[in-house]
Amino acid sequence: MSRLDSKIPEGPLAEKWTKHKNSIDLVNPANKRNIDVIVVGTGLAGGSAAATLAELGYNVKTFCYQDSPRRAHSIAAQGGINAAKNYQGDGDSTYRLFYDTVKGGDYRSREANVYRLAEVSGNIIDQCVAQGVPFAREYGGLLDNRSFGGVLVSRTFYAKGQTGQQLLLGAYAAMNRQINRGKIKPFNRHEMLDVVLVDGKARGIIARDLVTGEIERHAAHAVVLATGGYGNVFFLSTNAMGSNVTAAWKAHRRGAFFANPCFTQIHPTCIPVSGEHQSKLTLMSESLRNDGRIWVPKKIEDARAIREGKKKPTQLSEEERDYYLERRYPAFGNLVPRDVASRAAKERCDAGFGVNKTGEAVYLDFEAAIMRYGREKALTEHIQDPSEELIREFGEKVIENKYGNLFQMYEKIVDQNPYKTPMMIYPAVHYTMGGLWVDYNLQTTIEGCYATGEANYSDHGANRLGASALMQGLADGYFVLPYTIGDYLSNDIRTGPISTNTPEFEEAEKNVTHRIEKLMSGSGKHSVDHYHKKLGKIMWNKCGMSRNAQGLSEAIEEIAQLRKDFWANVKVPGTSKGVNQELEKAGRVSDFLELGELFAKDALQRAESCGGHFREESVEQSGEQKGEALRDDENFKYVSAWEYKGEPKDAALHKEDLVFKNIELKTRSYK
Amino acid sequence: MKLTLKIWRQENAAAKGGIQSYPIDGIEGDMSFLEMLDVLNEQLISKGDDPVVFDHDCREGICGSCSLQINGEPHGPDRLITTCQLHMRMFKDGDTITIEPFRAAAFPVIKDLMVDRTAFDRIQQAGGYISVNTSGNTIDANAIPVNKEDADESFNAATCIGCGACVAACKNASAMLFTAAKVSQFALLPQGKVEAATRVLNMVEQMDKEGFGNCTNTGACEVECPKGISLENIARMNREYLSASLKG
Repeated sequence: MSRLDSKIPEGPLAEKWTKHKNSIDLVNPANKRNIDVIVVGTGLAGGSAAATLAELGYNVKTFCYQDSPRRAHSIAAQGGINAAKNYQGDGDSTYRLFYDTVKGGDYRSREANVYRLAEVSGNIIDQCVAQGVPFAREYGGLLDNRSFGGVLVSRTFYAKGQTGQQLLLGAYAAMNRQINRGKIKPFNRHEMLDVVLVDGKARGIIARDLVTGEIERHAAHAVVLATGGYGNVFFLSTNAMGSNVTAAWKAHRRGAFFANPCFTQIHPTCIPVSGEHQSKLTLMSESLRNDGRIWVPKKIEDARAIREGKKKPTQLSEEERDYYLERRYPAFGNLVPRDVASRAAKERCDAGFGVNKTGEAVYLDFEAAIMRYGREKALTEHIQDPSEELIREFGEKVIENKYGNLFQMYEKIVDQNPYKTPMMIYPAVHYTMGGLWVDYNLQTTIEGCYATGEANYSDHGANRLGASALMQGLADGYFVLPYTIGDYLSNDIRTGPISTNTPEFEEAEKNVTHRIEKLMSGSGKHSVDHYHKKLGKIMWNKCGMSRNAQGLSEAIEEIAQLRKDFWANVKVPGTSKGVNQELEKAGRVSDFLELGELFAKDALQRAESCGGHFREESVEQSGEQKGEALRDDENFKYVSAWEYKGEPKDAALHKEDLVFKNIELKTRSYK
Repeated sequence: MKLTLKIWRQENAAAKGGIQSYPIDGIEGDMSFLEMLDVLNEQLISKGDDPVVFDHDCREGICGSCSLQINGEPHGPDRLITTCQLHMRMFKDGDTITIEPFRAAAFPVIKDLMVDRTAFDRIQQAGGYISVNTSGNTIDANAIPVNKEDADESFNAATCIGCGACVAACKNASAMLFTAAKVSQFALLPQGKVEAATRVLNMVEQMDKEGFGNCTNTGACEVECPKGISLENIARMNREYLSASLKG
């Protein structure tokens, strides 16, 4: 079908991007001054795109729901950013990063996009250092690296446990430079509620000013959606409270295909749920798996005794512990990819070996690392026969230097000291690989509407590797979109300013105000959170870490039912004028209630297990891989791209076949 | 836990605000402070009252959105955390908790506990960046080694989350700690040295324009800062400012 033209350039993989850049049309500097671009979302993908486009000379308007672009949820990324710099001389290369990413994504991403990502990755680090991003350094003054899951090299650059904040502050600073020059006009505390199409092209948006409540029209020659992922469809996730699918979903309703909605990353190391009041979950960085060992008791009696508070984890000897990742995956051990680690934790907990009150937690233990680092330190200090206390003291210092802020965060939430007793962790929804379908140029199926970062689906396949989200956000925004969007905008040099005084804007604005009125006129039985929590429970139980046809079919029914109930009975207090946080939430939940159903529908049609999508019906039956996920390349080697047709149940499926010319399709083994 | 909440309610920037009292029950120690407010809001909504408006987003202490003055202290009684990381186990059954917005002339109230902190954005727009293009055509990241101590100090300054607790803690509502952290991050790195003089002059000028008060070295900002930003940054900014002024 022609509507799914991926536009992958011809030629050898390694030359595609260079050739493409050389052959696409450019806009001359004088003409750029006459072209307006709207960027929605100001995280790494949006902030970097806005800054670069403004620097090139376009007039940029940015929109974010937060009070400042600096608060976008990229800020919360902890562990690091990958780049194929090979500074460690451990065999890294563009090809290897490309290979790891395609394999890590379980062969459900597009080769050409991933190769380009790997190709520009090194440049991101150069760029960020030039901008003053304070990455961690070694004593010689050069940049330090660490390892992340699913790879055998150290290619992750980091700034302690807050790499995301430092990179976002870099992009935000680049934005500030352009705001100061008048090239970016920021609209903070604004939420995009529709995209406006004129003659089939995206020519603007409708936004609500979250302070005054006013509905505004904004026109541009192109619209970039960099609005992040939709993990909050699960209610509990590591996303920010405001993270939402609304902008992407509105574009979907206007014609942008939604790709692989069921591909969700459930991150293995999060702080377990403590009670019904819980509003969100907190991630403990994957970098902790560099030094922490994951285990549960070997004997079920011990697990039971620990749950009942009769035994402490520190009382169990080495022989009484089951380091199940090291046991099952000797080659990668504790550093298997996230989907594998999460499923393994669920498997142990379902079998009754969980270690907290609810039975849904495993240990992440730093004892071995503390003692190892402590002994190293004692040795370098030339201390003869150091006491165990001294070794421990040294070791705890080293761990504190590496992960201090994460340990502090854990202690504040759980009220236990992770230096003395192992951390308890459990998987939680963290990232969504699915998103708006885009071609090689990052354009959606709406002309002139682009999607970057987590909001698109393009690079991570069915599972994202750690430290690759930051890489993709910045690659898209700094280095890819600024080129590809120019090719499109080169047709607009004579278009002139886009008027908002047209029937198309009129219709879109009416559509928005009508929906708000409808949200405010529910019978008032239940709060927005009531519905959001219910939706989250359906998603977690039936579309979570493990899925089957029956559960998914039930989920589709239940979500449709819940959506009906929501529209009839939701309670949104106050008025649509001025600040109304319940109204904001209601709008977002109303979109989640549609996306959730499409999500389940997508998971149902994909009757294979791949990456984070685990279908209980599709499991290896014998051999070394027995019990592991079974991918089905013959029938499912495609991207599912859904076209909006009214109700989610009527969405039409389009398939983009994935062609692998440079990588051999293999069973993903981490054994 | 049973608590009495005394919360600042204010309809909008122009309206006159006041404290209102709300009894609340069934609060558990494992709840975060904001989850406790979620419980209150659910109750208000079910009674048909307007829920309390407050800024929050990441709820893990890094976005800098949350901004409550709790019993007179920004981010409440615990140290080195934001309000979203404050847990109810810090309080006792029967306690009365007073919750107000961050107070400063430069942070006008928008509604209830939500304030306008765009003054911080404008200070950074005045010079909180290094003027390099984002084309990627720069030198290799390892071409300029950076002394580890300077890199670490720069990082420590850069951990500022722009929440505004320093301003709210200061009796003069001064933004010196915030501005100094932003100036220091760049001043400590070789990449930031090129524009150091104009940067500090422009940022301080904007800070003064926004109506923040003067620094009288009480150190309250450092005590309340959720990221432990050191007062040394203020000393560094003063040196940078003095040397830039003399050059000018």
